[in-house]
Amino acid sequence: MTTASEAPPVETVDLAVTPLRELNQRLHDLQKGTAGPRHWRVVNPNGAHAIACGLDASVEVEIEGHAGYYCAGMNKQATVRVRGNVGTGAAENMMSGQVIVDGSASQSAGATGRGGLLVVHGDASARCGISMKGIDIVVRGSVGHMSAFMAQTGRLVVCGDAGEALGDSIYEAHLYVRGSVAGLGSDCVEKELRQNHRAELTELLDRAGIDDVDPAEFRRYGSARQLYNFKVDNAAAY
Amino acid sequence: MTTVDGQLWNLRESYLYDRIVIAEIHRAAREGIYDIRGFGAKRRVPHFDDLLFLGASVSRYPLEGYRERCGTDVTLGTRFARTPLELKIPVTIAGMSFGALSAPAKEALGRGATEVGTSTTTGDGGMTPEEREHSKTLVYQLLPSRYGMNPDDLRRADAIEVVVGQGAKPGGGGMLLGHKISDRVAAMRDLPKGIDQRSACRHPDWTGPDDLEIKIQELREITDWEKPIFVKVGATRTYYDVQLAVKAGADVIVVDGMQGGTAATQDVFIEHVGIPTLPAIPLAVQALTELGMHRQVQLIVSGGIRTGADVAKALALGADAVSIGTAALIAMGDNSPEYEDQYRQIGSSAGFYDDWQAGRDPVGISTQDDELAARFDPALGGRRIANYLRVLTLEAQTLARACGKSHVHNLEPEDLVALTVEAAAMARVPLAGTDWIPGAAS
Repeated sequence: MTTASEAPPVETVDLAVTPLRELNQRLHDLQKGTAGPRHWRVVNPNGAHAIACGLDASVEVEIEGHAGYYCAGMNKQATVRVRGNVGTGAAENMMSGQVIVDGSASQSAGATGRGGLLVVHGDASARCGISMKGIDIVVRGSVGHMSAFMAQTGRLVVCGDAGEALGDSIYEAHLYVRGSVAGLGSDCVEKELRQNHRAELTELLDRAGIDDVDPAEFRRYGSARQLYNFKVDNAAAY
Repeated sequence: MTTVDGQLWNLRESYLYDRIVIAEIHRAAREGIYDIRGFGAKRRVPHFDDLLFLGASVSRYPLEGYRERCGTDVTLGTRFARTPLELKIPVTIAGMSFGALSAPAKEALGRGATEVGTSTTTGDGGMTPEEREHSKTLVYQLLPSRYGMNPDDLRRADAIEVVVGQGAKPGGGGMLLGHKISDRVAAMRDLPKGIDQRSACRHPDWTGPDDLEIKIQELREITDWEKPIFVKVGATRTYYDVQLAVKAGADVIVVDGMQGGTAATQDVFIEHVGIPTLPAIPLAVQALTELGMHRQVQLIVSGGIRTGADVAKALALGADAVSIGTAALIAMGDNSPEYEDQYRQIGSSAGFYDDWQAGRDPVGISTQDDELAARFDPALGGRRIANYLRVLTLEAQTLARACGKSHVHNLEPEDLVALTVEAAAMARVPLAGTDWIPGAAS
């Protein structure tokens, strides 16, 4: 049996030779109290799906290359860093911890996330932050259409541009965009960027490790709260 | 004017514009919004009532009622899951949300299901501690909204049901009106209190069967391939949906016919979208059979299951189990004449009450009002559910024995005939007294 003190500082798993199931099982075993490595390095991911999903332990996982769908899905506690791009649904339904993508993310990044921080240093595609429920998402580049669709709570920071229908049917999530917005969705409006929002932005950018962007350059968007209860006079907005 | 016993005999009601239609036009003109209601389809469609069993006689040998054993157990999730569900009866409780239903009602469903050895299911809104505590076997739904979704509950569940659609509204999302968004419901769903809560009609992180296959892979990875994965679809293009769900890796397919219940859906949706349960079963069985997956991937059928006869007929057509929703609520006291006075006070009547969306249920089932919910005794409700499930099972066994079957799963289409041409065509069994199955290759 390997004890924590005897464990090597970095456990390297080569997905070219190790089945994904084995990697995820070993990572899951950590949440059951099993002693083991706290720092993991995954090489040759080759776009595999569901890498490091369902973690629930305070570990660091570095993925050296591109990951497929649902990388770090439903993450709790863990810090997962992808030194590449990620496919659909990265960090979907994340509860806590951090997921950092050095490259770009496909659609639905951070979908329905309920906590934690997702950082995308490249661009994120369509539906970034869709139905977000408390997650914080910071995108250094731009996001695609329908981002923050039905976003409930949490914060989405976009240092680049946003596509069409940003924040469509948004609830109480906070949206910040530094560049242009191609269009706002139903019930999403621009709001005043006050001092407390600048402070919120500063904190989010700081946590994301982005220090070359001025929070004052952002615009804030949120819900007009006109569609919270159905009124027939609003039917044209649906 | 011709009158008999005070009734006018010379007034002729229009078939096209009967009183129901007239009342709805008046309501629409007055309120300016479509009718949203609970319950399920109220129109008549071909159903299990249009089928009959051919009991044993000279050419078939029956089993003795009350004496000879007729098995009812079913195993769900044998394809990939490490821990399939072992149920004692082939009748399960369908997904109904905390939010649509009160917490005591959810608890009662768990108690009743557990007492007779079957499963119950969460719903759109997450898993409550009460239902987990009182449900030995609990299926956790993964819905487009993902309200309350979290990996801990995923692991606490005994199976996972990916909900693509439901029979009452295939292609539609959900709606929980503001007066049912209590503090607790709002907290579970990460929403402000009192708003009209929309449930999305599409999943947020997958589109199409190829994505679904990867989503299922993720769910299996998160739960270490332990839990059976169900895929639930509303009955529409059932043949294709079932084949695609199998291809995506489902362990169990749930097909919900258009009679399936709902807590809150537009009436126009309930009555005009989807196909009845009766034709959906042969379509699903055909899809599974052609893939060599019938009985390998289990089929659960729901939508209008009320009696043991319905259960037996669904199984005879090829289902492995059935699921009940509306009937379970009725078993717990919904629409009981006992509450007639209170139904009258809210403009309804026992036997007709369908405003489950309104949250004013005098029985305390479809409400989030603490005072109303407190009227409902979960222990008594659980007992009634258990009794009802036992009756369904006994009735199904009675019919199976009459057909000479030592297990309800041994019932087969050959045991059935249809009373109408429509039912014969849809169920793919002969019209009674003939060997004619309309539409079947000669």
